[in-house]
Amino acid sequence: MTAHHRRPPLLVVAVASLGLALFALPLIGLLQRAAWSSLADDLTSPAAKEALRLSLTTSLSATVLALVLGLPIAWLLARTDLPGRAVVRALVLLPMVLPPVVGGVALLSAFSRRSPLGGWLYDAFGIQLTFSTAGVVLAETFVALPFFVITVEAALRQADPRFEQVAAGLGAKPATVFRRVTLPTIAPAVAAGAVLAWARALGEFGATITFAGNIAGRTRTLPLAVYLALETDTETAIALSLVLLGVSFVVLVALRDRWFGRP
Amino acid sequence: MLLPALTAIAAILLAGCGSDGSDAADTLAGSTTTTSAGDSSTQAFTCDASGEITVSAAASLTQSFTTIGDAFQAACADSEVTFTFDSSGKLSAQILSGAPVDVFASADEANVEKVEDEQTGVPEVFARNQLAIVTKPGNPEGIESLADLAEVDGVVALCAEDAPCGTFAAEALAGANATVDESSVTRGENAKATLAAVSEGDAIAGIVYVTDAAGAGDAVDTVQIPDAENVIATYPAVTIGGTGDADLAAAFVSYLLSDEAQAVLAQAGFLPPA
Repeated sequence: MTAHHRRPPLLVVAVASLGLALFALPLIGLLQRAAWSSLADDLTSPAAKEALRLSLTTSLSATVLALVLGLPIAWLLARTDLPGRAVVRALVLLPMVLPPVVGGVALLSAFSRRSPLGGWLYDAFGIQLTFSTAGVVLAETFVALPFFVITVEAALRQADPRFEQVAAGLGAKPATVFRRVTLPTIAPAVAAGAVLAWARALGEFGATITFAGNIAGRTRTLPLAVYLALETDTETAIALSLVLLGVSFVVLVALRDRWFGRP
Repeated sequence: MLLPALTAIAAILLAGCGSDGSDAADTLAGSTTTTSAGDSSTQAFTCDASGEITVSAAASLTQSFTTIGDAFQAACADSEVTFTFDSSGKLSAQILSGAPVDVFASADEANVEKVEDEQTGVPEVFARNQLAIVTKPGNPEGIESLADLAEVDGVVALCAEDAPCGTFAAEALAGANATVDESSVTRGENAKATLAAVSEGDAIAGIVYVTDAAGAGDAVDTVQIPDAENVIATYPAVTIGGTGDADLAAAFVSYLLSDEAQAVLAQAGFLPPA
């Protein structure tokens, strides 16, 4: 029984082409709208460089945080019989489903100076998370963490536990088992999860603008800069959009084996 | 056979009797007729237009236009008005990109001029506004003037530079020789977003319109800006060539100048058009 057709059915090709057009046309539109001659100038203006620098530092910080916090969470979900595991998983994956601006409102309710926690942080330590770069990192971590956890948890589930059992049987302590056996096994998934989390953090808009506001050099990341420049400085907005487009494309190409090949 | 015909003729005659006598004098389907009764002129609004229109209005008009819209739809039978509220800068850009808008009510004349080619009527100024400083309830930082904003420790909310409230705030600050450090300014995309940064968020103060401050009630404290330092924002409305009913659009612009609409605007804190 053959699984492949020599030539795909015409109807399938036709409908699929329509779907592909939905993806391709906006991207082609963006490319042709760009002012290629002034692209270098647009991207090196002070405002653009500020946004690029801020986006880079905050998204990388958020990725590191997602890694540090996500590994233990993924481990607990995959390898233990935690009571209420389904609820914990739902909680961790919630930011993926939540509209980002709603996430921003939720963060505001929890951490603004009017909230009990935020008020205490300010009164006791002078820390204000809203309207700060730390707030941007918090918002980006909030939306990016689920992507990391879901990727690593899947890998942990699929990893053969026998290697770890053998290592433990040979006398290795749990920490050593994790470092020398588990981590190398799931390393590709950790890398992929980190890249995915980074891409999500880079593109975050709704939660950032709601929680951290729109302050030049402090919280105005690439997507916020695009939004602000949209009417007054459309050339720069489109140039910055191309940067985000390019980054997204590179991420997808880098992760192609994960999506289309074996995990 | 005779009865239906008689009924039809009677219906036509009755419809003819029901039409307003002032129709002959007015070419617009909706009109605000001025009858001078000695001292002050009263403006009574009559509406004969119907259909659907889309109105793009400055964010600072949100509450007033919602009220005015309800009254307008009640006055005009079979009419439906859909509102879009955002910064005048964004709205004019949308119109230039081909958004199907029938009426554009802007917070400044510059944005109405930007859409000159799309206008189908003459801009009419229907209100004016001024700026005010808003602070947290109780004004904990003790802000009393524009100059204080430059010295205060914390985040100040201002409108984006492409929004009229942003350009006016810059004008007012420049006039008062006060420079607020951009690294502590959060830019709101329109007046409402800027207000929200103070009323809901952690911005300690902001510059918005007097009407926004009034509309926020207890959520903020208002610090008046003296007339000498303040800026007058002129709000024109104009019909645009959208996909809605042109007569209804013209009627809406007329309605803005009627007593009822002017009363709603005055209650919100707007200054009269002239």
